[in-house]
Amino acid sequence: MTRKDATQSDYDRVGFKAGLEVHQQLKTKKKLFCNCPAGVYHKNEEYDAEIIRHMRPTLSELGEYDGTALMEFKTRKNIIYRIKNETTCTYEIDDTPPFPINREALNIALEISLLSKFNIVGEVHITRKQYLDGSIPTGFQRTAILGVEGEIQLKNKKIRLIQLSIEEDACREISDIGHIRTYKTDRLGIPLIETVTHPDFSNPDEVKEGAEYIRYLNRSTGKVRVGSGAGREDVNVSCRNGSRVEIKGVSHIKLIPELTHNEVFRQFALLEIRDKLHKRFSREENRSDWGIRFQHINPVEFPFLKQLKQAVENQTVCAAGINIPGFRGILSHFTQPGQTFANELSDRLKVIACIEKPNMLHSEQFDFIENEDIFQIISRVLSSENDDAQLLIWGLKEDIPTAIETIEERCRMAFDGVPNESRKSFMDGTTIFERVLPGADRMYPDTDSPPIPIEDKDIQKFKDELPKDIHKRYTQLKKWDIPEDTHNYILRNNLCPLLEKIIKDLDVNPKFAGTLFGHTLKHIEGQLKPSPGFEVEKVYHFLSYLNKNELDLEISKSAMLMIYKYPEKDFDSILKILKYRKINRQNIVDKISDLKREFKQVHHSKNATAQADWIMGKLRPLALGNMNLKALREAVEKTNLSSQGNIRT
Amino acid sequence: MNTGNFQGYKGHALSLLQKFNARVWGQVKIESTRGVFSGTILPRSENDDDLHIVLKISTGYNIGINVLTITQIEELGYKKAHYQIPEKEFPYSDSKPNVKLFGTGGTIASRLDYRTGAVIPAFSPGELYGAVPELADICNITTEKLFAVFSENMGPEEYKKLAIAIGKEIENGIDGIIIGHGTDTLHHTAAALTYMIQNPPIPIVLVGSQRSSDRPSSDAALNLMHASYTAGHSDIAEVSVCMFGPTSDEYGFLHRGTRVRKMHSSYRSTFRTIGDIPIAKVTRNSVELLQPHYKHRRQDKKADILPYFDERISLVYYYPNMKPDIIESLVDNGYKGIVIAGTGLGHVNKPLYPAIDKAAKQGVSIFMTVQTLWGYVHMNVYETGRDLQAKGVVPTQNMLPEVAYIKLGWALGQTSDMEEVRNIMLTPINDDITEREPYNGYLIYQGGVPEVEEFIKKFHK
Repeated sequence: MTRKDATQSDYDRVGFKAGLEVHQQLKTKKKLFCNCPAGVYHKNEEYDAEIIRHMRPTLSELGEYDGTALMEFKTRKNIIYRIKNETTCTYEIDDTPPFPINREALNIALEISLLSKFNIVGEVHITRKQYLDGSIPTGFQRTAILGVEGEIQLKNKKIRLIQLSIEEDACREISDIGHIRTYKTDRLGIPLIETVTHPDFSNPDEVKEGAEYIRYLNRSTGKVRVGSGAGREDVNVSCRNGSRVEIKGVSHIKLIPELTHNEVFRQFALLEIRDKLHKRFSREENRSDWGIRFQHINPVEFPFLKQLKQAVENQTVCAAGINIPGFRGILSHFTQPGQTFANELSDRLKVIACIEKPNMLHSEQFDFIENEDIFQIISRVLSSENDDAQLLIWGLKEDIPTAIETIEERCRMAFDGVPNESRKSFMDGTTIFERVLPGADRMYPDTDSPPIPIEDKDIQKFKDELPKDIHKRYTQLKKWDIPEDTHNYILRNNLCPLLEKIIKDLDVNPKFAGTLFGHTLKHIEGQLKPSPGFEVEKVYHFLSYLNKNELDLEISKSAMLMIYKYPEKDFDSILKILKYRKINRQNIVDKISDLKREFKQVHHSKNATAQADWIMGKLRPLALGNMNLKALREAVEKTNLSSQGNIRT
Repeated sequence: MNTGNFQGYKGHALSLLQKFNARVWGQVKIESTRGVFSGTILPRSENDDDLHIVLKISTGYNIGINVLTITQIEELGYKKAHYQIPEKEFPYSDSKPNVKLFGTGGTIASRLDYRTGAVIPAFSPGELYGAVPELADICNITTEKLFAVFSENMGPEEYKKLAIAIGKEIENGIDGIIIGHGTDTLHHTAAALTYMIQNPPIPIVLVGSQRSSDRPSSDAALNLMHASYTAGHSDIAEVSVCMFGPTSDEYGFLHRGTRVRKMHSSYRSTFRTIGDIPIAKVTRNSVELLQPHYKHRRQDKKADILPYFDERISLVYYYPNMKPDIIESLVDNGYKGIVIAGTGLGHVNKPLYPAIDKAAKQGVSIFMTVQTLWGYVHMNVYETGRDLQAKGVVPTQNMLPEVAYIKLGWALGQTSDMEEVRNIMLTPINDDITEREPYNGYLIYQGGVPEVEEFIKKFHK
């Protein structure tokens, strides 16, 4: 079922459930736990030194190892960090303990916590959250809760919030090939907040609305970073009887509906697979005895398989045939657009066993026409039965045992339905396995940092100056009669405070001001490259300049392009570029009669609109800034040739 | 200190918990003027204030609730956490060397202590195997915890006990010794053991970690593997320190116990050989010699154990305008030996002369080292140096100040005869004094220089 066809009743039927984790970088000068500059980025090849680390799982406070931790340890990755002195000190690479937390960041986070109606904690405890993928050189992220149990008001429902934390941003991945994963450390340590919602969303569009709301709320403070990667969402999705799956790092909110839709139906498909398997293995003991059989294969014996050719050339590569009992028809079972259950296996081979794709072939491959002999051989060698499916996998010799374990583990999970995992998102709306979903077991206190008390007076200070709630702003925009298609643009760019100022100070028509941003500026931004010197406040100053010089505001729509393109130019010059010249209104109106006559001479059309258009075209450059164009048109339409054009408007 | 139901809580917080009958590890709902909070009450670190209760919430995070805002606590359940390193039986093998690991209190593998937020070491072979299973591929390990003290609390009594215990293991025919140790004074202990255990037939390797093993990026496991390989397999029968070479997880260095020093407060690659090069580069399955000369492993079970130490010694770090009363107070308090870390080639200011003169005359042995760490004491270049020598200050060549301090205590532990002490001090033991300083014994590259930057970029730091 595609998202276009799906209705609320479809989502209710599969039991759509989703929650959000919204990450937002804070606009601070420095990083969260050291004095490196925040927000300075480098290209992949720009680095001064490399450091190599490995991550080992450790016990959590509650005395247990975390599942993800163990998996990551299995993969035995060499983690390489590329560091640049400008943005990285000994803290980021874990050779110096943390400095005291960045107060600027803490205050911004506190303000956003209050805006999100969280219960603010009495004491902030820095906690270590384990990440063994290497994205943080310490092996953990320093993070702390500022508030629990808040809420946001969407158009039709309230969404409950679980918590808001302040944390250090992670490294950016450069590459991940085989056993080597490379990161750069420029982003590492930038202050970040994470707002976590309860799983209260009941359809894909609602999730999008929630993500937008939280993003706008964060931006309404004017103290967060914007731009690519500054705000990122993790979406937790499940269907009824499914499991929580976290779709990580969604950088475009517009992708959320497609991703959540596909995920909930992927889970639905996995439940169908489970039911099929339960039918085949109806007795409990059959299921618990279930296991795969495998046989190592010498790639040299199968030179006709192009996939194995490389294996033959490279002596270190070896292959294995695997028989999966009862999985006939399962490997080719649809999971998400263009993918089947076999992809679930191949994805895990890449991540857990570190075998690059292509890493396997299977007996239900749609595009496998080259030679089916291989699976007949595997079937024979492994005494396969009719209901079984077969795999051929290949990779480095030392990775094969993990690979076989991985296949068996994933197939076993198929009997239970949907594995808890985190998945990476793609632009086409599909996802790929990233890692086993970590639990609360990976949290432990940061022994390097004392707790930080939050006094009532600290909170009060912010409470008095909080920006307006986003849902109140929606209402305000409506009241101003500003067209709805501009609302998201205005909120996304936190333009409400500026609009309010323009409307109040300059007595500008709200609808005009709203569309000046939401239509004109948005259009310009869509057409041109970003203009570094341009700031929206400039528009306020321009409008105020027009007011002061008693110019008609309409000219601002034409001027916007110039202001955006040449933010350094003064307003006089901008008007000059627009060829503006001050002319008395009456002089303009007086020209109408002559033009009407002229029109009659050159055109034979009797159409009044054509005539008016033609005249407006002639007069527009003169009128722009000098008189309201609507009023001019009215004058054009009203002017009779007999009257001598002394109409006042 | 509060144990039992209220671990770590005191004052206001304690009375509030008692009032509402809420215990540590209790699963509670707390109502406060800031809203409702649910979670498990955790023990509080004893050094923190008495105004907050620590709660672990369901997402795994900890938060603190101000007791003055709390109106109600309701205990809904109770679940005590217990820490355990997954203990597995250490797989012994006849084909692998037997290595003894002595614990002194440093953490090799560990778990967390809630009360203090500190780290509890895992130590039994089973615990070690659970935490670092790779060890079983290297050697058979047995363990013995001699004491549990922080590195900074290691002292003469511990040195002596350690030397005697190691002597016994040598007699019993062990193949190698590892000593787990905090890093702050690792080099003091290394020097002490070098003097107290002479001519050992096997490697004696001190090891620690700069990042505690409760964190995934810890250097502990790799250091332990390096030390185990060295102790079990290497030919180097000396007291050495085995710690990270670069800050990267790549290889370790084996530093001679008398030439090593901790040089950075927090870096992993903090230990450096001063005025010479390390004995070897070590990985988990190799020892690559860097020094051609070292003492070789022997098959006998003999070593000279010399567990002597006189504590009445001091190390004085000279600074401009030091007043003579610093020296005088040492003499007045019965100190028998002083090591001075002098400026430059080994100098102190003139006002100290009378005090030094007096001290020497009262039988206090005084030795000069350099606070530059690299280079030799040279007290003949300037008049001041010659004056000091005349007053009885003995230059100790290129012996490191901390090493000279330990050696002096060891020497005075054996004799109070100043001449004999002088002889012991100046007789080189395991390169505590070297005849020559190789050109590459002093390498502190200066960052920013293009060719240095090029080098750094090329190799893992």
